[in-house]
Amino acid sequence: MRTLSYREALREGLDEELARDENVVLMGEEVAQYNGAYKVTEGLWQKWGDKRIVDTPISEAGFIGMGIGASMLGIRPVMELMFWSFHSVAFDQMVNNAGCVRYMSGGLINCPIVVRGPANGGTGVGATHSHIPEGLFAAFPGIKVVAPATPADVKGLIKASIRDNDPVFFMENTLLYGTTGPVPDLEDGDHVIPLGLADLKREGSDLSLIAHGRSVLHALEAAEILQRDHAISCDVLDLRTIRPLDQDAILATVRKTHRAVLVDESKAFGGVSAMVATLIQDHCFDDLDAPVKRVCTLDAPAIYSPFVENDQLPNAKRIVAQVLTIA
Amino acid sequence: MSLADSQYARLDFATSPINRALTAEQKIGLLTQMMRIRKFEQASLKYYNAGRIGGFLHLYIGQESVAVGTISLCTPNDHTITAYRCHGHGLMSGMNMNECMAELFGKATGSAKGKGGSMHLFAPDKNFWGGHGIVAGQTPLGLGLAYGLKYKGIPGVALCYLGDGAVNQGAFHESLNLAALFELPVIYVIENNGYSMGTSQKRSSAYRGCLAQRAEAYDMEWDLVDGSDIYEVRAKTHIAMERARTECRPTILEISTYRYYGHSVADANAKKYRSPEEIENYKNNHDPISTFRTRLIQEGVITAEQADAINKLATEEAAAAVVFADQSPAPSIDDIMKDVYWEVDNQTEAGRTGRHFFND
Repeated sequence: MRTLSYREALREGLDEELARDENVVLMGEEVAQYNGAYKVTEGLWQKWGDKRIVDTPISEAGFIGMGIGASMLGIRPVMELMFWSFHSVAFDQMVNNAGCVRYMSGGLINCPIVVRGPANGGTGVGATHSHIPEGLFAAFPGIKVVAPATPADVKGLIKASIRDNDPVFFMENTLLYGTTGPVPDLEDGDHVIPLGLADLKREGSDLSLIAHGRSVLHALEAAEILQRDHAISCDVLDLRTIRPLDQDAILATVRKTHRAVLVDESKAFGGVSAMVATLIQDHCFDDLDAPVKRVCTLDAPAIYSPFVENDQLPNAKRIVAQVLTIA
Repeated sequence: MSLADSQYARLDFATSPINRALTAEQKIGLLTQMMRIRKFEQASLKYYNAGRIGGFLHLYIGQESVAVGTISLCTPNDHTITAYRCHGHGLMSGMNMNECMAELFGKATGSAKGKGGSMHLFAPDKNFWGGHGIVAGQTPLGLGLAYGLKYKGIPGVALCYLGDGAVNQGAFHESLNLAALFELPVIYVIENNGYSMGTSQKRSSAYRGCLAQRAEAYDMEWDLVDGSDIYEVRAKTHIAMERARTECRPTILEISTYRYYGHSVADANAKKYRSPEEIENYKNNHDPISTFRTRLIQEGVITAEQADAINKLATEEAAAAVVFADQSPAPSIDDIMKDVYWEVDNQTEAGRTGRHFFND
C-alpha cells in the first residue's frame, strides 16, 4: 500500500482508464492547459494531448449534452463539472437526455458517460456553489450516483464508473481532494471497486453510523469520540454508491446494532438519508431499539459566513449529540 | 412574405450535380418517400382523433421534402437527430410503418416498445437518434454525434434538425459556439414553418435578415432553402454536407416550409393564428409533394397514373400499419421496469450489484 491524496488517487484512476480505452476522453472547463481548477487532471494534457484531454468553454448545457451525444456513438466521455452546483444549467441534458434516452428508445441506446466534480459545502462560496445533489440525481431512474470518501475508493470507483455502460454522476468533494490514505500498489493488479457495494469503515456493536462522501470522515471522528468519552461502540458504514444502493449492507449493520444515525450532507427533505431511513423502517422495524435519527445539512441555502458554515454541515459534534439522544 | 412566394427569378436546382446524378428510379423514390410519410401521418391523425393514439401528435404534413431531401443524401457514415416532429425523419431513415405506428399506439411491437410514443422514435441501427421532446434539447446531442464521428475519424456528418421555435433556446446557441469552435461536422437544419407553436416568427425572434444569419455571430456558414422544392433542398444540403465532410466545418441551413396542421393535433388555436388563405396558398401553390409530382410528370419520369398508383400503395401500407398496430400486444406491467439501465438489462455483474430500483 502507498499513501496518496484523494486527488492523486483520482487522477491515477483517470490516467489508467485513458491508457486502457482509447475511447475515454476527459472534457471540461480548465481540465487541460490549466491543469484542472482543482488540479485533479494535472499533467494529463501534457501526457495525453489535445484529443484525449479537452478544454471546453463555460457552456455546461452545450458540452455536457455534446458528451452525451458522443457517448451514444460509443465514446466514453468523462466530463468535469468544475462544481456539481453548476448542474442546474445543464439539467435538461443530464436528466432528459442522459437519464431518459435509454428508456425512451426502448433500450436501443445507452450513454456510457461519467459526469464528475466536487459536490459539497464548507468552502465559503455561498449557496450557488455549495449544492449537494446526490439525492436529487439518485431520484432519477436511469442515472447512477457515486460519492467516494477515501483515496482508495475514489480510484476504484472512478474506474468502475468509466467502464459502466450507464450514465454515472460521480460526486467528489473539494475538502477531500487533499486528504490522504492508503491506496493499493500498482503491482497488486487493477484496483476497481464495483458500484453498489458499501464498505464498513469501522466495526462496532452499539449503533450504526451510515454516511457517504465527506460525512464518512465526520462519522469516523464521531465514532472515536463516542468510544472514548461515552463507551459507545459504532459501526461506520460508508455507502460509497448512492444508486445502486447496497441495501444488504445497510440492513446488516442495523440488525447487528439495533440503532442507526444517518449522516448526510444533502438536505433532509428527500435526501439520501430519507431513502435509507425508509428502507430501515421497512425491513428492520422489529430490529430497532430506537427511532432512526439523522444528521443532515441544516435546511437553509448554504450560508457564507465562515463563523457558522461548519455548523450548518454535518460534523462530529452534531453527530455525537444526535447519537446521545438514542444511545 | 415567405421565401416560397418570392418574385426572384428561380434557379432550377434540378441542374445541380447532385440532382443531375439522380436516376429516374431515384427520383420516383423521393416522391414515394414523401407520399409514404404523408399517408402514414394522415392515418395516424385519423386514429389519434379516434382516441387510439395518446399524448401529442405533431404532424409533419407539408414539410416532407425536408426530411426526404436531406436524408436522401445520407451515406452509412451520416447520422440524424431531430425534435418531436419526428415521424418523417424516422420513416425516411428506413424505419418501417409498422414499428412507427405501433409506437404511436403504445404497443410492445413499437420501435421503442411503446415507451417513447410519437415524439420519441429511435432507430440507432439506421443512424437515426430520435425523436426528442424538449425544444432544442437535441441540439447538443447532434453536436455530440458529430464529435463522435470526428473523434473516430469517420468522414460522416450529423444532421441535427430543429424548428424555428428552437432557435431562441440557450442550448442551441451553446451548440453553435461549440460546433464552430471545435470545427465539428454538424449541420443544423432549421425547419422554419413560421410558427413556434402559436407564436409567429416575427413575434418570437429578433434577427437580421433571417434566422440562419445568426450563424455569422459564430463565424459559421449558412444558407436559406426553399423547402417546397426538394431539388433545392438536396442541392444546398449537399453543399453543406461536403463542407462538413471535407473541411469539418458546420453549417446552419434554414429551410422554409409549412405545416398544414397545428403545432400538435391538440393545438386548439391552429386555425386562429394563421389565416385560412395562408394555409390554402401553401397547399395549392407550394406543397412539396404535388410540386414534385408535377415536376416529374413534366420531366417524363413518371405518368400521373403511376404517381397515383404510388400514392395508393402508400395509403395501403399505412392502413396495414394501423392493422398491425391495432392487433399488436400492449406492453406488460413488467415491461415498465425494463430498459432503464443497460447493465441491469444485460444481467452483468454491475447490473446485479446493489439495489437499482426503489419501488414501494
